[in-house]
Amino acid sequence: MTPTDIRNPDYFHKVVDCQWACPAHTPVPEYIRLIAAGRYADAYMINWKSNVFPGILGRTCDRPCEPACRRGRVEKEPVAICRLKRVAADNKGDVRARMPHRPAARNGKRIACVGAGPASLTVARDLAPLGYEVVVFDSDRKAGGMIRSQIPRFRLPEEIIDEEVGYIADLGIELRLGKRIDSLAALLAEGWDAVFVGSGAPRGRDLDIPGRKEAAANIHIGIDWLANVAFGHVDRIGKRVIVLGGGNTAMDCCRSSRRLGGEDVKVVVRSGFEEMKASPWEKEDAMHEGIPILNYLVPKEFLHENGRLTGMVFEKVAAKYDEKGRRQLVPTGEPDVRLPCDDVLVAIGQENAFPWIERDIGIEFDRWGLPKVDPKTMRSTHPKVFFGGDAAFGPKNIIWAVAHGHEAAVSIDKLCSGEDISERPAPGVTLVSQKMGIHEWSYDNDVSHEERRRVPLRPLDVALKDIRTEVELGFDAKLAYEEAQRCLNCDVQTVFTGKLCIECDACVDICPMDCITFTHDGEEEELRKRLKAPAWNPTQDLYIGGDLKTGRIMVKDEDVCLHCGLCAERCPTGAWDMQKFFLEMTHAGAACRS
Amino acid sequence: MTYIAKPKFHHPKLPTNKLGYTRRDYEGSVSTLCAGCGHDSISAAIIEACFALDLPPHRIAKLSGIGCSSKTPTYFLGHSHGFNSVHGRMPSVLTGANMANRDLIYLGVSGDGDSASIGLGQFAHCLRRGVNMVYIVENNGVYGLTKGQFSATADRGSKSKRGAVNTDAPIDLVGLALQLGATFVARSFSGDKAQLVPLIEAAILHKGAAFIDVISPCVAFNNHPGSTKSFDYVREHNEAVNRLDVMIPREPITAEYAPGTVREVAQHDGSIIRLRKLAEDYDPTDRLRAMAYLAERQAAGELVTGLLYLDPEPRDLHNYLNTVEKPLNALGDAELVPGSAALAEVNAALR
Repeated sequence: MTPTDIRNPDYFHKVVDCQWACPAHTPVPEYIRLIAAGRYADAYMINWKSNVFPGILGRTCDRPCEPACRRGRVEKEPVAICRLKRVAADNKGDVRARMPHRPAARNGKRIACVGAGPASLTVARDLAPLGYEVVVFDSDRKAGGMIRSQIPRFRLPEEIIDEEVGYIADLGIELRLGKRIDSLAALLAEGWDAVFVGSGAPRGRDLDIPGRKEAAANIHIGIDWLANVAFGHVDRIGKRVIVLGGGNTAMDCCRSSRRLGGEDVKVVVRSGFEEMKASPWEKEDAMHEGIPILNYLVPKEFLHENGRLTGMVFEKVAAKYDEKGRRQLVPTGEPDVRLPCDDVLVAIGQENAFPWIERDIGIEFDRWGLPKVDPKTMRSTHPKVFFGGDAAFGPKNIIWAVAHGHEAAVSIDKLCSGEDISERPAPGVTLVSQKMGIHEWSYDNDVSHEERRRVPLRPLDVALKDIRTEVELGFDAKLAYEEAQRCLNCDVQTVFTGKLCIECDACVDICPMDCITFTHDGEEEELRKRLKAPAWNPTQDLYIGGDLKTGRIMVKDEDVCLHCGLCAERCPTGAWDMQKFFLEMTHAGAACRS
Repeated sequence: MTYIAKPKFHHPKLPTNKLGYTRRDYEGSVSTLCAGCGHDSISAAIIEACFALDLPPHRIAKLSGIGCSSKTPTYFLGHSHGFNSVHGRMPSVLTGANMANRDLIYLGVSGDGDSASIGLGQFAHCLRRGVNMVYIVENNGVYGLTKGQFSATADRGSKSKRGAVNTDAPIDLVGLALQLGATFVARSFSGDKAQLVPLIEAAILHKGAAFIDVISPCVAFNNHPGSTKSFDYVREHNEAVNRLDVMIPREPITAEYAPGTVREVAQHDGSIIRLRKLAEDYDPTDRLRAMAYLAERQAAGELVTGLLYLDPEPRDLHNYLNTVEKPLNALGDAELVPGSAALAEVNAALR
């Protein structure tokens, strides 16, 4: 095999599993160390730079970083990355002085953003300090998009949204709220240098089965109902509520119902409990609030009497797999299940809707009704129109919207500078030795054996009384420190220099995880089987070091390395060194231009 | 020395042996020897061998003398019996322990200073008595603890780190062991675990005096050009006569070898040592020819490693002395105090 080229930023970036998995590539271990050191404001600013909404995401993120976390492969559970982010936001103090300033002068370029959700606000944040005149349009009266309209207040208090949206508004952008854009052609005619569409996936899917029309008064579309709750138009629901759907919106619906008068609230899903789209922790939170989740029930009919909903009928099904492994839901033949209820919330998915985009202005759509968007540049088939967030590729989540926003901002900045937007800027990377003395390292490499800390919750009787009462209390300083210590510092990389190695085996002998093997060369597939501990996880790279006197190669399986530094500590020649890898994405600005 | 505690986490697929232990369960505390010391590799090899043989840790006694090598029993088999004796006196303490309790596995760990200088007499007598044990010398050719003076195994003409040339003739512990009647004699290299681990396994299974000389480079004082015990020198001059696999009787034989290249030697306990020949015509059961071969290759500047001599039907000190089958601590009052009739019988026999 060819020796690993560690100058390629992707190699060590992949080793930092959390950062690699984060759509915005937030430098997670770096901010976790800052939290452990009590430097909350510094930790917040690292987050703010890369993911724009640390306080919001620290409560609501889909956390793709956590399933990726190496700790989850070493023991039972990953580091509670998301809730540590909240600690930084909760304890940062006043950070306004650290925020970018309004530009002294405008650059004369005008950018329109449609929708005031996370994608558009990210574009605005990246471009406004550079001198762009950014105008954000939204039909709601307040900025925030789905962050404000769909996430219930007991998960995300309004003042957090106001604060973090406020940091962006303070950069001198113009918010034109309460005004819906009805025509993209008309908007383009106003002569904007670029238009960014971050209008989300605003249409909730309906369920067309018998009784839908007759009982319409008590059947609600999940995201519309959540928005009505968020804006105070709805403050009650019946005592018996059925929530249809297994995604995170369904979880928000059922938990909101519990706080608005719902006493007997059930979630009913077509598929199995395990296949539900909702994050495991959101399901746990719902069940903790006394909400059962019934599975393998397909809705058949809404029951009604005198125009009033009385219940629902479901068909019992079972999952059957054909020889290709495809799942089918087959009726079991058992009697139908009838569940009485007063209200039904339909949360079975969201769709994109672009009735306001004319089909003859150069923007092509695919057969699913989604615009054709380049996933790298976020540009549509119209040279000046960019998409991001749920509007681009269908419903995802906040952190993806932020990542799209950053990329679109880079594209817009390059476009307005007359550059080729397909040439993307490389990330900023540093790699610095952590060795301070013979046995001293500038990171805390004593691996904690503690289990994941639970976030304290408000008592259920208090939490269910008022929908504005935040249910999670967040980690206090002590819990945050203990949880932060569980981080394995995967960004402190094991860097190998073959020509210094005397092949004494000290690293092989000391490695607690049997990651290192010195052996004769071979093809990767065969090599993986004959390592000291066979490398069964093909998604994790092998680090290959050459230049050895015996002609063998050094193979390190990155999979379960604890980054404890014992290999470097026990190396007599410094062939192993622990070096901190810091990668920051290049955002819009001078650095992204060639 | 290392201050970071070795994390308790281990590889999620780390195998367990028949006793349900992982290899990590056979470890001791973190080594305080210099980083890169060959001795640490030998400790790791002992750990691997004991794990592979499914040995219950509490049935092993590890004994040592004084020196870097003799510190190592702290770094392996943390749940076994241990005894740090006086300098060079490990063999007699081991012999006494073995006499008292013949059921334990005895692992004597010593160095070239401990065995070839102050303890040379002890070394010689315990081998010639045929004590059932594994005697490992971690041989680096220098006195590491006192900053790198030549030891008695340093080759004539080799250079110290400061440039001094050794003028004394070396003591060849393998040659002595062969001459003194050890029934298992091997030499290996700390940097070659593939060779060393099976040798230690075979030596543990051997019911007699087993001696292994392990060349173990001292990274601090004897790993420079001019040394004959450095990683580079040993790798360049290492001539392995064979490679072996140790077969425990209940394990099916799966490996395949080219015909004529393998020799199987059955051990007394039913285990089989399978030797893959590397040197033509080398017969490890012929003691006299082995001695001649070693002398010849040594003169040619080669360092011969592998299983050098094996007596498949060894006798040990308990056989010679016709001692009682049970360990002394397992004997009851009736056996220990046989009564006046038995005393009269003994006295009568001496008249």
